[in-house]
Amino acid sequence: MAKYLLLKHYRGAPASVNDVPMDQWTPEELTAHVQYMRDFAARLESTGEFVEHQPLSPEGTFVRSDGEGRPPVTDGPFAETKDLIAGWTVIDVDSYERALELAAELSAAPGAGGKPIHEWLELRPFLTPPPTITE
Amino acid sequence: MDEALLRTLTPTVIGVLVRRGADFAAAEDAVQDGLVEALRVWPDAPPRDPRGWLVTVAWRKFLDAARADTSRRHREVRVEEEPPPGTGEMVDDTLQLYFLCAHPSLTPASAVALTLRAVGGLTTRQIAQAYLVPEATMAQRISRAKRTVSGVRFTQPGDVATVLRVLYLVFNEGYSGEVDLAAEAIRLTRQLAVRTHHEEVAGLLALMLLHHARRPARTGPDGTLVPLAEQDRGLWNTRLIAEGVDVLQAALARDRLGEFQAQAAIAALHADARTAAETDWVQIVEWYDELVRLTDSPVVRLNRAVAVGEADGARAGLAALAALDPALPRHTAVAAYLHERDGDPVTAARLYADAARSAPNLPERDHLTRQAARLNAQLRS
Repeated sequence: MAKYLLLKHYRGAPASVNDVPMDQWTPEELTAHVQYMRDFAARLESTGEFVEHQPLSPEGTFVRSDGEGRPPVTDGPFAETKDLIAGWTVIDVDSYERALELAAELSAAPGAGGKPIHEWLELRPFLTPPPTITE
Repeated sequence: MDEALLRTLTPTVIGVLVRRGADFAAAEDAVQDGLVEALRVWPDAPPRDPRGWLVTVAWRKFLDAARADTSRRHREVRVEEEPPPGTGEMVDDTLQLYFLCAHPSLTPASAVALTLRAVGGLTTRQIAQAYLVPEATMAQRISRAKRTVSGVRFTQPGDVATVLRVLYLVFNEGYSGEVDLAAEAIRLTRQLAVRTHHEEVAGLLALMLLHHARRPARTGPDGTLVPLAEQDRGLWNTRLIAEGVDVLQAALARDRLGEFQAQAAIAALHADARTAAETDWVQIVEWYDELVRLTDSPVVRLNRAVAVGEADGARAGLAALAALDPALPRHTAVAAYLHERDGDPVTAARLYADAARSAPNLPERDHLTRQAARLNAQLRS
């Protein structure tokens, strides 16, 4: 068995053949789409091929270690995905600030000459079920 | 073996040991040893007083461990100085444990984990599952939390507000795996309400009961979000609503209003309406005014704008909204809703789509996308 990551794109992928933004669909079409995804996951579970799926929020932040002090943060650059995704680490932290801190730490991993790489990492929050109290 | 009984006994017994001078982590270990002993002995010889039995055995386990420890002399001296084991008051012991687990030196996530472990008696695996993290991660979180509070001694009562915040966090997690955290939070808040008569404990309990009562109606069979106005009120749990209202009224009668009581009052007004149209929005706005006064929270002001929109019309709601920071979470969603009510579906559709992009969770995003899709479909036809 080999594991694969099936990555769904908000942007950057070539345009779909049927390229209509979701808010232009009908509510019925949306329901059918969500159901299809759910059935797909259920089918994979029944065949023993399901590992996990996690939806990501469309908003990402690039973080880089800058040595001392706070990590700089930017909205870009949005590289091509085949360059962008080298793997992922999932963290579960108390705050966005802590996530930035850890991302910066990871960004400072040693590279050539034993010096930190200071590479850009993309930080993407998971979407979760809603809290019990919303109103 | 009565597992529910053991779960109720665990925090009490840990509490007794802590009060007698045991370190929190050591107390918990000793109680775990005691539980193992109980599992072995009880099926053949069930004790008449399970709690007393467990206290005795756990205390002996603690002493054994303490004697074996390198700091043995220290500990023995301390044990000597402690009051002799006697009829420890159950009420105070468990209460103390609540305060310990919600200690301000802990991060919110650690406080929640420790509370579920020590007060709730859940296993590390169950807690890990509820929070969707690996068991090893949760075990680390809990043992770090135990280390953090290991030196804490109680000379004065802790802050009830901190305990309530932790219980509120547990309730809001609301995942339903093997352990339903919302139900667990209610169970723990009930216990707390028996032990302390703080009016905000009652306020929080009422709030939880009233929200929990509506849970079956909050999502459709396919997991979609059903907004309050469209919920099938026949699915609401009337027994929980009645209990919530009773608890709230008793709290309000003491005339010491707090944030949770005010929120529960709003929830009660929603629960009281047989149809969405019958909702007493005027009174709800008044309660939001109280909440703004108590908390001065921008999120409360945002919710108030929705209520104003219902009570005084969409224009009034939009005016209230205009005074608020557009960067607030859900600001765009509220604006979309009010613009639709104001008869501007074009703006509303655009705002719903915008709001969907920044939605904090999946059901909300799907709901907002569906709203945009609904309006766009109407506009096309």
